[in-house]
Amino acid sequence: MSTMIAGAPVEKLRADGLRKSFGTVEVLKGVSLAANSGDVIAMIGSSGSGKSTVLRCLNLLEKPNAGRIIVSGEELRLVPDRHGELDAQDAQQLQRMRARLAMVFQQFNLWGHMTALENVIEAPIRVLGLSRADAVARAERYLARVGVIHRKDAYPSHMSGGEQQRVAIARALAMEPEVMLFDEPTSALDPELVGEVLRVMRSLAEEGRTMLVVTHEMGFAREVASRVIFLHRGVIEEEGPPGEILSNPRSERLQNFLANSLK
Amino acid sequence: MFLHGYFPAILEGLRSTLLISATSLSIACLFGLIGAGAKLSGSRLAGLAADAYTTLIRGLPELVLLLLIFYGGQIMVNALADRAGLGYFDINPFLAGTLTLGFIFGAYLTETFRGAILAIPRGQMEAGKAYGMTRGQILRRIILPQMVRHAIPGFTNNWLVMIKATALLSIIGLDDMVHRANLASAATRAPFTFYATIAGLYLAVTTISILLLGWLERRFSLGVRKVEF
Repeated sequence: MSTMIAGAPVEKLRADGLRKSFGTVEVLKGVSLAANSGDVIAMIGSSGSGKSTVLRCLNLLEKPNAGRIIVSGEELRLVPDRHGELDAQDAQQLQRMRARLAMVFQQFNLWGHMTALENVIEAPIRVLGLSRADAVARAERYLARVGVIHRKDAYPSHMSGGEQQRVAIARALAMEPEVMLFDEPTSALDPELVGEVLRVMRSLAEEGRTMLVVTHEMGFAREVASRVIFLHRGVIEEEGPPGEILSNPRSERLQNFLANSLK
Repeated sequence: MFLHGYFPAILEGLRSTLLISATSLSIACLFGLIGAGAKLSGSRLAGLAADAYTTLIRGLPELVLLLLIFYGGQIMVNALADRAGLGYFDINPFLAGTLTLGFIFGAYLTETFRGAILAIPRGQMEAGKAYGMTRGQILRRIILPQMVRHAIPGFTNNWLVMIKATALLSIIGLDDMVHRANLASAATRAPFTFYATIAGLYLAVTTISILLLGWLERRFSLGVRKVEF
């Protein structure tokens, strides 16, 4: 169940001063962001702007070189490793926090040897400690929610990309996370399949779920996001409500970016 | 009388051959997993050691290695025992033989297993991480079940070659099927009869292996190819 809290917004996720270098190239130069409950934040920017890296630093799939990460008031304890990158001090804390930030990947990344249902119950059983019966009931609910319950016994390779991505979204939902992280969820899909995934994401946003979405879909950013962040060369160049940002871009870079992106 | 009355003795030899093969295979799997783990660990030292292992072992004939390790090992153990003031040790040929074969085929399996792990899309391990799974869970639940599928074809090859390589162990005095056939053909002066018999038995074992492993491969390919049982 999603926690929908009326009244004062509760901070679900905050990142302060994230920096990340790959070799000598600094791809994030101090990125800070915060998401309150119910926020739908769209992160846009040209490829190479670092937007996926921001997302992947939040759950430490990439180790940042500097910065702080706070999930629902709990700060992830980080220590520098011998390469100067920050690693979790306590593996269990990291696993607990990752489970609260379910991620949806560009390439779906479903586990190939498991059926749709098995994909969705795996982490709830192994990580959250649910009983199999509870996990199955939960999985069936969310598979139905995203409209792929009829495919629950199918293997990923037998499903269309749109179905796979919806199963992946059900897998994320089954963790009942604080924040859902979407890493370009429609970029690997055939154009005719993009709509079914965007419709599911829109309905999740309307339920009040907290979402951080890296996307190229300007329509989605405009219509669904509560806030848009424009990232350029590793810094947040502009940020605000979509109406303001996308209709009246102040910086020349955002103007150029919007002019070059279709729609 | 069938096979001059030597048939039970030959069957006893077959049992021995199967036991040697199974033991060597277990040891080879262990070396293979350790080798593959070392090569993929990202540790320079472990990687170099594993590279040295696979390069050296795969570059030498099995028979040469076998004799080298068996006799060389014998001399080394006894030199050490001598220095420690202990008596003479006779190395158990079963132990020495299976360890040697396991060590040799572990080098081949290292490459089979390494390739099988690399064939699993990286994103699937990332998904495991991103959902809070531990390294152990990712290994047991995501990597191993899929690695098996990718490894079976190469594994089948190694198993077949290894079953046949156990015949070499008769040279260091292991009482396997070949050894029994040697004795029986010397006693009866009917070498063709006995070597043809064990050839048939080898063929039976390898054919059954191929069928079983083929079935296993289809079983583990669920979700990859349509399969019928």
